[in-house]
Amino acid sequence: MVIGLIMVIFLPFLLGVGLYIKSTFLLHGQSLPNLLFSSDWRPLSGKFGFSPFIVSSVWVTVLSVLIAGPICLLTAIHLTQYAKGWVLRIMHPVIDILAGIPSVIFGVWGILVIVPFISKYVAPLLGISTSGYTILAGAIVLSVMIIPFVLNILIDVFKTIPDELKEASLSLGASQWQTIKLVLLRKAFPGIVSALGLGISRAFGETIAVLMVVGNVAKVPSGVFQPGYPLPALIANNYGEMLSIPLYDSALMLAALILFFVVLIFNFLSRMAIVRLEKQTS
Amino acid sequence: MGKLKFIEEKFFRILMFISTNLIVIVLLLIIFSILYKGLPSLSWEMISQTPKGGFYFGKEGGILNAIIGSLYLSIGATLLAVVIGLPVALLMNVIMVKHKKLVNMIRFLLDLLWGIPSIVYGAFGFTVMIWLGIKTSLLAGIVTVTLFIIPIMVRAMDEVLKTVHTGLLETSLSLGSTHSETAFKVFLRQASPGLVTAILLSFGRAIGDAASVLFTTGYTDNIPTSLGQQTATLPLAIFFQLSSPIEEVKNRAYASAVVLTVIILIISVLARLYSKRYQKHKINF
Repeated sequence: MVIGLIMVIFLPFLLGVGLYIKSTFLLHGQSLPNLLFSSDWRPLSGKFGFSPFIVSSVWVTVLSVLIAGPICLLTAIHLTQYAKGWVLRIMHPVIDILAGIPSVIFGVWGILVIVPFISKYVAPLLGISTSGYTILAGAIVLSVMIIPFVLNILIDVFKTIPDELKEASLSLGASQWQTIKLVLLRKAFPGIVSALGLGISRAFGETIAVLMVVGNVAKVPSGVFQPGYPLPALIANNYGEMLSIPLYDSALMLAALILFFVVLIFNFLSRMAIVRLEKQTS
Repeated sequence: MGKLKFIEEKFFRILMFISTNLIVIVLLLIIFSILYKGLPSLSWEMISQTPKGGFYFGKEGGILNAIIGSLYLSIGATLLAVVIGLPVALLMNVIMVKHKKLVNMIRFLLDLLWGIPSIVYGAFGFTVMIWLGIKTSLLAGIVTVTLFIIPIMVRAMDEVLKTVHTGLLETSLSLGSTHSETAFKVFLRQASPGLVTAILLSFGRAIGDAASVLFTTGYTDNIPTSLGQQTATLPLAIFFQLSSPIEEVKNRAYASAVVLTVIILIISVLARLYSKRYQKHKINF
């Protein structure tokens, strides 16, 4: 029992240290800011500028949270404040199944539905011609993937708000909606922010589904209708050839390390905020 | 002025109604689009044969190698994760029950681990493999996937064990049984349907994940006969076939997606059943 526990506790440190050791080869030759902000990606000549990948990752992640956030918030309010029992009985399995669908299936769905939808309907509407394999496609697929995750956390957050607060507000003559807007949302605000933070970290590390629809062109994207190349896709796409080029695998491990740290920091801050909220309300 | 607040409420209620329905519609859309594209290409041959010569140019054969490979991989990883994870979850909820702060810290850590993307586990597994001089194999894949699902499994089991009434713990201890007897004979039995749900959940994660096995298992047309051999997996089979320019191969990718979706749906239904059973047989004081 204790051995298992110790293993589990040391796993994150092992992960971090292992990836760091591998990426030091690259870090010896070049400085970290240089690597992060350069957009010159030519592994064959030893140029590793991560900026196209970082910018793509940020685009896809931010956009997906912008899409998923309002939908999750509205649905969570609906399910916790208004919905009747039978709606909950339908929505619980729906959320569970959506959460269980493998990312490769989301990717297939993206190729089948989202990519053609963008290239045939959305882009022509704005006078742009594109294959559909764009940042936008990646963001839409990602937003669907993080919806069950963010929604579950938001529902938990709303459930921690004590009923007495709402009852006090209602008894003073506020309408149900005013109570939600001025009491529930205000009280739950840190929780909502951290749910979105967790959504960001989930979206940031998602690999296969995004890789399948985002286009994978190593250039800094300048808009949502451009192809992008997020960090996880970079790692996944190049694992085969990385051993043949010196420093390449070190560069990919650095990409994994960046992912690891960004996700860890977002996770840490969000979870801390949720723990604090739970302490405050209970 | 008085009317405005009701108009605002109406407006937002409509928005809420739309977004709730949107989620249901998207789920149905995903399942139907996969079935619609995949079912026509799904045949008995596809799920009962391994790839024959010319399979990747649209000739005969099937994806049995990937189905069996995925099952081997996820069953192996799930078993290994249960062996490590179950004692940890019991430890947290039975023996360390007095050290609330420490247990909460472990929970926090597990939540952090849960959030780490599977590709990072994959990259880490790959690094360790090179370091130890192991080639891509079923075993390497199992170990990597185990690392990846342990936090999920322990946290899910922990959530179940948390709901076991403390009265049961006190009763068991007052009757003279030790902590570990209480853990393995009382808690394990009481929570077993809930624990099955946790195991199924992790199994679903293991079978559906592609990023962690991309580096570690390799890919082969044969069904592996030992842990040291490479193995194909369903998510990767879908991924590779879909990147082919040939129409028949692409269609097979959709059919493979149907197979994976059906497996996931079965797991999901089973998990719900066991979760209900747990609720039904739970002892309340």
